[in-house]
Parts: sequence; C-alpha cells; structure tokens
Amino acid sequence: MTERRPIRLIVNGRAHEVSLPPNTTLLTALRDLGCTDAKNGCEQGECGACAVLLDGEPMNSCMILAWQADGARITTNAGLGTLERPHPIQEAFADAGAIQCGFCTSGMVIATKALLDRNPDPTEAEIRDALSGNLCRCTGYGQIAAAVHLAAERLRNLPSWSASSASEDGQEPAFKKRVLASDDVTGEGGRS
Amino acid sequence: MTLPAFDLLRPTTLDEALRLLSEMPDALPIAGGTNLIPDLRKGSHAPGSLIDVSGLPELCCIRRKEGHLLIGGGVTIAELLDDPMVAQTTPILTEMASSFAHTLVRNRATIGGNLVAAAPCCDSAPALLVLDAEIDLAGPEGTRRLPLAEFLVGAFTTRRESNELLTCVRVPVPSDRSYTGFVKMGLRKISCMAKIDVAVRVEAHSDGRCEFARIAIGAVAPIAYRAEAAEAHLAGNVLDAVAIAEAARLAGASAHPRSGSEYKRQVIEALARRLLTDVAGRIEGGS
Repeated sequence: MTERRPIRLIVNGRAHEVSLPPNTTLLTALRDLGCTDAKNGCEQGECGACAVLLDGEPMNSCMILAWQADGARITTNAGLGTLERPHPIQEAFADAGAIQCGFCTSGMVIATKALLDRNPDPTEAEIRDALSGNLCRCTGYGQIAAAVHLAAERLRNLPSWSASSASEDGQEPAFKKRVLASDDVTGEGGRS
Repeated sequence: MTLPAFDLLRPTTLDEALRLLSEMPDALPIAGGTNLIPDLRKGSHAPGSLIDVSGLPELCCIRRKEGHLLIGGGVTIAELLDDPMVAQTTPILTEMASSFAHTLVRNRATIGGNLVAAAPCCDSAPALLVLDAEIDLAGPEGTRRLPLAEFLVGAFTTRRESNELLTCVRVPVPSDRSYTGFVKMGLRKISCMAKIDVAVRVEAHSDGRCEFARIAIGAVAPIAYRAEAAEAHLAGNVLDAVAIAEAARLAGASAHPRSGSEYKRQVIEALARRLLTDVAGRIEGGS
C-alpha cells in the first residue's frame, strides 16, 4: 500500500531519480538530496522558509507531497547563483543588509525571484504582497523590501540575468558548501 | 515531522478519480494540500489513501458559458486572482483572492478545496454566496448541482459524500448594474485567517434604487451565511445613509460569534456600512 516508488525530480537543473514512500513531502525529499537551503520551519505553510520554485511558481515545499512533484522542475535558492557568481537578488540581499540569522533568506530570495520574473519594477505594496508568505523574525522587513527594490533595479540594468538563471546550465552551485555550513550553525541539519 | 502513513493514488482522468473514491471509502481527495497536509500532521484526518486530483484537466479551467462563469474545483486562488475574465465579470472574486492567505499558499490552494474544507473562516464562501453560486458534485451516478448555501452545512461539514468530488463552481455572471465589495478583517493585514469577512452585492435599477442586495458574512458563525434581514431592508430602496445604517445594523445583529467575540457584531456593522456606502457612491457616480 505505502511502498516506495521511484520519481524524477529536476532540482536546480539536475535530474534525480529517487525512490520515496508516498508520505514524503517535497521538502524532505529536497533536504535528503542535500538541498538544505530549503529550510524546515513551521510545516504549516505559514513561514515560507521552505519555499521553492515548482515549475517557476513559488510554493511551500512542506505542503507538497514529493510524488505530486514527479517530473517537475524545482529551483531552490542555491540553484539561482554560485558563490563566485551570485544571483543579483542574492547580492542585493547581502548588500542591503537583509540578512541576520539567514533562516528565512532562501525562501525570501525564492519569493523575490518569482516576483521579479513577473514584475520587473514592483511597487512597495507589490513587494510586500509577494513576500507576504515569508516570515522573518530578525530584520523587521524594511531591509528585505529595500533588497528587492535594489535587486529589481540591478536586474533591469542586467536583462541577461532575468532571462536565464544559473540553474539552467545544470551546474552544481559552488556555494552549496557554505549553505551546508550555515545549517550546522543553526542546528537545522538534523531536523529533516 | 513525518506524516502518518497513507497511500497516494494519482489518477489522470476524472472518471478514474471517481472510481477510486467509490472503491475506497477511507480515501480523501487531495489537491493543493494546504489544508490537508497540516491536518494530517495534527492527526485530524487519518485516511488510508489520498487521491491526488490536482492534475485532473476536467477541474483546472475557468470558462464562460451560457451566462455563467464556470470555475473548476482545481483552479488555484492565484489563477483566480490573475484571471482577467474573473476581474471583469466578478471583481469580488479577485478582491477575495487578493486577501486570501498569502502568495505561496495562493499558488497551491484551490477554490474546491477551500469550499470542501468548509472552515468557518473560509474566505471564498461569502464572496460566492453574494454571487448566488452553485456547485457541481460529481459522483458515481453522475453530477448533482446544489446552491452553495445548501452545500455548506456547518463548521467543516458539507453535503459532499465521500465518493464525490467538487468539480465546478458555477457563478451566474452578474448584470452590468451589479456592484460588489469584499473586506476581510484579521489580526494582520495579510497572511492571516479571517476574523470577519463581509461581502456585499447590490443590483441597481437604472434610477439608482437597489433592486436587490446580497450581504454574506464569514467567520462569525459555524459557516458563512447570508444576512437576509439586512438584504431585505435594502431591496427596492434608495441606498441613502439611513437605509445603509439600518441594513448594517441588521447585518451585525445577525452574527452568532463565539462567547468573548461579541465585538464582532459592531465590527460587522461598521464594515457593512463602509462597503455599502462605497457601493452607493459608485452607483450614483454612474460607473
């Protein structure tokens, strides 16, 4: 009844065949694949720390069953850029000081990517609506909104970035190691 | 936290999904999962199987046909929010969708799931009640059609049988003399459950009088309902300040909030007055 079945997940441009039982969430599947930049926060769809792009749309991976994502293209924060070549959104978050503990940042960056793909020049209200599913307990959101404005401005001047993200070429993100290291600091690594 | 064990079946057609639901009495349909997955974690449901209906093509489109807007049960709140035909014909649904949860949930949650879950604070129900929506329930013996008000029985209770699927929400397209408004009050501006939802619709005569009105309220009773006494007070009348104040008072008096939430009556009255005043202004403005 509840046996494992192989499914195919295309994560950050790389195809993975994984055999999972039906009660596995996409979040657990991603973390078991090493994508620990998708964070396990509330598990209720409230915090957005687990947000990923599923076929381009931002969603909470804690509320999707992995089998429902069979065949889908999934992008996590680490799939957007590398340490050597960070995505302009990631750079803007760092430059605007939109980071403190970092736990919400992956989800924030994903929600921002989805917003700017649709709307390259969002208003403050549109930014706040697009990030309404992402909670941050450190920053107070001011710097985060500023980071989105900054990223939007930079992307408008660098149209090639919005056309193709680093994940499209299928390369392993080089800064994954740093993401894993920060997991150790937060103790999140053992939760999935 | 690991989810309890269940099987997951992924039919590719509506017929197959209905057959599976009939064969497995302990199965539950799942689409977006934004209600069901947290409920499974809490243990409030323990289905042997889940039937994934999220990809069924029969449930996934919004169409206009014979004076009705037909919204598939699997249409997401984000699709509703982005649909230009919905914005043009039934802007109250666009307003409702824009206040629904938050972006990440809207991309996943479906209109059918929101209605079938029948939470007292379900946002879609009040907006659909003022539009006189009906719902189609497909089962092994065909499809039956119910007014939404009849489908919603009480908190977390509907007339859906375990072998039925909500396939379509049917909304009669209102006339061009129809004016609507929706407001949600919660603990935050966005990303919250409703403390109060108020939806209004006024069908106006060409002389500006109200032909009939619909006022529906959510989250102040076991399930969303229409405040019929308040509606009756407006029918046939000019929407002046006196008529609006009395209708708003009746709307507030209609609520059955839980003990400790009596304040909701006053808030409903204020919200209804604001919505009706806004609507009256648009009628007089000839828009």
